Amino acid sequence: MTHTPRGARQRLLALSSRQHIEARWGALGAWLGDFPTHRCVRGPETGMAMLKGRTGGTGNAFHLGEMTLTRASVALDDGTVGHGWVRGRDHRHAELIALADAVAQHAEWQEALETQLLAPLAEELAERQRRDAATAAATRVDFFTLVRGE
Amino acid sequence: MYVAVKGGEQAIANAHRWLADRRRGDRDRPELEVAQIGDQLRLAVDRVMSEASLYDPELAALAFKQASGDLTEAVFLLRAYRTTLPRLAVSEPLDTARMRIERRISATYKDIPGGQILGPTYDYTHRLLDFLQLAGAEVPPAETRDDVTDAEPCPQILELLNDEGLVEQEIDDGREPMDITRDPPDYPMDRAARLQMLARGDEGYLLALGYSTQRGYGRNHPFAGEIRLGQVEVEIHVDEWDETICVGEIALSECQMINQFGGSREAAPQFTRGYGLAFGHNERKTMAMALVDRALRAEELGEPIIGPAQQAEFVLAHADSVDASGFVSHLKLPHYVDFQSELDLLRRLRREHAARQAELDSARDTASPQPKER
Repeated sequence: MTHTPRGARQRLLALSSRQHIEARWGALGAWLGDFPTHRCVRGPETGMAMLKGRTGGTGNAFHLGEMTLTRASVALDDGTVGHGWVRGRDHRHAELIALADAVAQHAEWQEALETQLLAPLAEELAERQRRDAATAAATRVDFFTLVRGE
Repeated sequence: MYVAVKGGEQAIANAHRWLADRRRGDRDRPELEVAQIGDQLRLAVDRVMSEASLYDPELAALAFKQASGDLTEAVFLLRAYRTTLPRLAVSEPLDTARMRIERRISATYKDIPGGQILGPTYDYTHRLLDFLQLAGAEVPPAETRDDVTDAEPCPQILELLNDEGLVEQEIDDGREPMDITRDPPDYPMDRAARLQMLARGDEGYLLALGYSTQRGYGRNHPFAGEIRLGQVEVEIHVDEWDETICVGEIALSECQMINQFGGSREAAPQFTRGYGLAFGHNERKTMAMALVDRALRAEELGEPIIGPAQQAEFVLAHADSVDASGFVSHLKLPHYVDFQSELDLLRRLRREHAARQAELDSARDTASPQPKER
């Protein structure tokens, strides 16, 4: 699935751990100095998403089951609204995603957001996924054939 | 018939207190943390999520703890919690072809693009009790293969067979699936609704039914075409966005079963398919589900219905452990009045029976004279 920059940001933040975001968010605030305050205009609130699968992986959709899902919408002091969605029940995680969504709408903050928050998180995510792949790869079977003697 | 019975409050309160005490166990040992369960008993957690039909590892671990390890009770707890939440979104169909693979095997092809990846499996273990675990021995971390820079793409194996037309294709005709949590099941049920019911079905039950097809009660000659376990991103559509958005990842297990040929005058013979999909690492469940899914296609594929696993209404109406344990457990509720009326009825029947018997006996006495005494 290809995303717009906004969608890519939402994805990255949803796949990153809240602790990682929180740690870097603090650093970002210190770096910016005049970090905006915000208030929640919707939620954070937890509900569910119904998940669909596909018959045979490619066929007709069917309802597999639900998962917990949390959403938040925040407004900065100047009225800029941002939205965030994340699997699970972590209200703060959804709020941070919404906050980043709002902050990203300000051209003057975009670069700091990118370099201080998103780029390091993307690196962390890539590293985690690389480690997972390397662990799985260690269990890949390398078949060899015993050659019978003449 | 149930009647309100009062008077048990104190006994119930004390019983629950005893239960909590039992659950806590020896106070000299540290209490089991929910996070430990999520970490170290994850297959139990995955089974609870799958059968409760709610993906939330932390809550499933909590339910498991609260139920003292009773999986059916834990499923009930999580299913009940589910009813307290509003539905905020419906996902795009999960794309299992883009799974980040942890395990992926095929019993039909040895050499497959992406390879056979065993993952964290109990297969090939010797099933000997490991007394080192009793002694609390440390285990080394998982091995990694660091020449791997990126996960190799793992195409769905059955798509490779599709190229030759040897296996039936699953094509999306865009039909909206029914949702059994919104609309009560109605028979006959289409495959999408059946899969939803099987996905939340009790593993033991599905395993027994799948096994029954292998033993001849609706045989369908299965091969495990592909089994894959791993992480899949969840995309949802929400109003504020013009695109679908990723909200995180979930662990999934998938089984693609290949079964014996179908075919007709119009269509050339080809392999048919059964499908299993479940939350978390639930390999056995997805294999059983795929066997039962295929068995339930008997009518569609023109096969004789000779086994219990092929009878949709029987299979589906009894698959849910919350339904089943609820109705079995209700037998423990006070049935005092109900039973009293049965007693009265039984006594009357016995009186009537005795009266009839006496009548018959006296009729026999008058009809046939007493044998003479010698």
